[in-house]
Amino acid sequence: MQERLVNSFDPFVIPYTFGLIFLLTYLFIALIRVIQALPNDDKFKLLKHIFSLKIFKSMKEIFLECLLHVKIWKKNWTLGYMHTALAFGWFMLIILGHFEVQLFAPHRLNLPWYPIFFRYFMMETETTMQGSFFFFMMDLTLLLVLSGLVLAIIKRFRRKLFGMKRTTKLRWNDQIAVIALWSIFPLRFLAESFYSEISGGSFLTAGMGSIFHWFYNFTENEIYIRPIWWAYSIALAVFFIMLPWSRFTHILTEPLFIIMRNAGIREEHRNSGYGKVEIYSCSRCGICLDPCQLVSVASLRDSAAINYTRHLRLWKSEKAHQAASICLMCNRCTKACPVGVDTAALKLNTKHEVVTFHTDQQYDYLTSKTAESGAEPAIAKTLEPTDVIYFAGCMTHLTPATKLAMTKILETSGERFSFIDEDGSICCGRPVLLAGARKSANELMKKNAELFKQTNAKILVTSCPICYKFFKENYDLDMRVLHHSQYIQELLKEGKIKVDPNGAKIVFHDPCELGRNSGVYDAPREVLKSVGELQSTAYDGAESLCCGHSIATESLPYRKRHMIANDAVEKLTTDHPDVLATACPACKKAFSETNKIAVKDLAEIVAENLKC
Amino acid sequence: MINFGYQRNESATLDLDTTHSELYKKLLDKEPSAATCISCGTCAATCSAGQFTDFNLRKIMLLCKRGDMQSFKPIINRCMVCGKCQLACPKGVNTRNIVLILNKYLHAGKISK
Ligand code: SF4
Ligand code: SF4
Ligand code: SF4
Ligand code: SF4
Repeated sequence: MQERLVNSFDPFVIPYTFGLIFLLTYLFIALIRVIQALPNDDKFKLLKHIFSLKIFKSMKEIFLECLLHVKIWKKNWTLGYMHTALAFGWFMLIILGHFEVQLFAPHRLNLPWYPIFFRYFMMETETTMQGSFFFFMMDLTLLLVLSGLVLAIIKRFRRKLFGMKRTTKLRWNDQIAVIALWSIFPLRFLAESFYSEISGGSFLTAGMGSIFHWFYNFTENEIYIRPIWWAYSIALAVFFIMLPWSRFTHILTEPLFIIMRNAGIREEHRNSGYGKVEIYSCSRCGICLDPCQLVSVASLRDSAAINYTRHLRLWKSEKAHQAASICLMCNRCTKACPVGVDTAALKLNTKHEVVTFHTDQQYDYLTSKTAESGAEPAIAKTLEPTDVIYFAGCMTHLTPATKLAMTKILETSGERFSFIDEDGSICCGRPVLLAGARKSANELMKKNAELFKQTNAKILVTSCPICYKFFKENYDLDMRVLHHSQYIQELLKEGKIKVDPNGAKIVFHDPCELGRNSGVYDAPREVLKSVGELQSTAYDGAESLCCGHSIATESLPYRKRHMIANDAVEKLTTDHPDVLATACPACKKAFSETNKIAVKDLAEIVAENLKC
Repeated sequence: MINFGYQRNESATLDLDTTHSELYKKLLDKEPSAATCISCGTCAATCSAGQFTDFNLRKIMLLCKRGDMQSFKPIINRCMVCGKCQLACPKGVNTRNIVLILNKYLHAGKISK
């Protein structure tokens, strides 16, 4: 290959070069600002990560997720192919382009536009044919990108083919960026095809070029086809300039997000640098729309993860707070998100920024008699030492069949236990934390932990998944924390209790807080299998639905909660089970209210079939 | 005045010198379910905070309706936001949101739109 033109410049490179300089400047300033906003120890973590071997792990993840989009492949092949074709294809075009310059015109490497418009400036010579390998590779990659592009266009009209019922609504800024992006590659294809007669090409561009030539000999009228290079350059420039203001920001932020996440940085605040990077890493792919029951059942699209991050990007904090306070925190969206944007954590931060609930006197009644009622303070109770403590949880007292069943099971097991909240208790603190008052939660936690410690127990069993998650992850307790499903499983395994199988057909609904949010999936199933015939559904395990009565939502109207519960019961009972089992008082209440099927806690099912 | 054989109680809401119901109206804006409360008292009967204090959501909502904010200002955040009341309320009132909104108004001085 050799240079076709003496001149290494043509005015059409100006828009592209301008766009590139703009983008790089923006990127540089944004990076500095993000790093500045990081708290000092996070800066240190980041540095440590970059200069350790772990950086290779991040590199691998960036390659797999930002270029190959492996997680999207797992969701749907067509969708995965589309993302890979566009991202990996474009990346390869850039890399191969630079190789070409490096090999055939190394002295031009300092010109940023040279690899992009390579085929305009260079030509293939009859004698060498050295470039043909690259021509072939470039054409192949271009074909890959174009196929991805065709799929992206089809996706706008036929999203079912991509396993999606709903997709992102584009705002004007996204529309401009999308149109620019969609024009880049066809324009490049056209330009290179027209020029293939002059500068050479492979199967795609040369093939297309000869078809064009058949109609008209453009080669002799180069002046008429030059505007295509202009159009290509302008499309690139528009895309670069719109990039920081559109959904495509994630192309730049996602790699940084992966590095920061792997460095162990977590968001304390949405403006803490990390939070910012996380918000801008959302690619607005829309994958979180379908799993969200607020969208699919309650028609509250504004509250979905994708729109919550958009509110934050647009500084609409009021709307962001609204979305956060409606959200069920079921984490169906975060589980599905290919980027790993933890919107639940971000939403919690949004609430913490707005809510002012804590005061020093707030819970003084826990330690001293209050002037108003004169009732004994909660902490004045002293608890006897025992082996197992059973904490039913506030809400379990409203579904008393569960606590009665647990008492029966515990008595039958012969373990030394005490039912510590038999006469009521204080809350575990998770609900108030979820409402945005961390300090208030801390006070409740402190009191509860003091009470538990008095008993010197080895095991704490609770019937409420909300308490379970909190005791397990946020309390620093010197005892094993078990949800009652896990404890019953142990008792069965050790032969301390026995059940008579009754053959009932059971569907188990995984409560969000127990399943997705705490990772307990197997224990409840094992327990239920020992009593009846467990039917599987499409919503088992991590796919489980939310019952709609999550404690995390403060403002979701009851009507909508009920719609979500109804819809979930319908989906769970398509195989006509005898009983719908769950392991959470809130789910039980939600499902019972639909009056569609017998709903029981798994403890009740076990207690009814105990062999005494 | 005609004697109906019983006495009429003084209305607590008609004295506009002492009644300031703007908070209640704002509350309805933010949490419309407050309007459906029938003052049945289920929330207060099950309340976790009610075991140890005089915290009583039914009463707070009545006082709020009557425009008497000062009397519950010091105790509004005694609620543990545990959610029992919400699960039990026969009318599906978003009780916890009401507590949070009232608290925000009384202590931060505003309820945003
Ligand atoms: S939050 Fe995740 S799944 Fe939802 S649009 Fe953003 S990147 Fe996609
Ligand atoms: S956590 Fe659940 S309710 Fe909230 S946005 Fe995600 S899917 Fe929707
Ligand atoms: S339980 Fe519901 S309807 Fe009854 S007083 Fe409380 S909020 Fe009102
Ligand atoms: S949420 Fe508050 S008002 Fe309701 S039961 Fe719990 S402590 Fe009482």
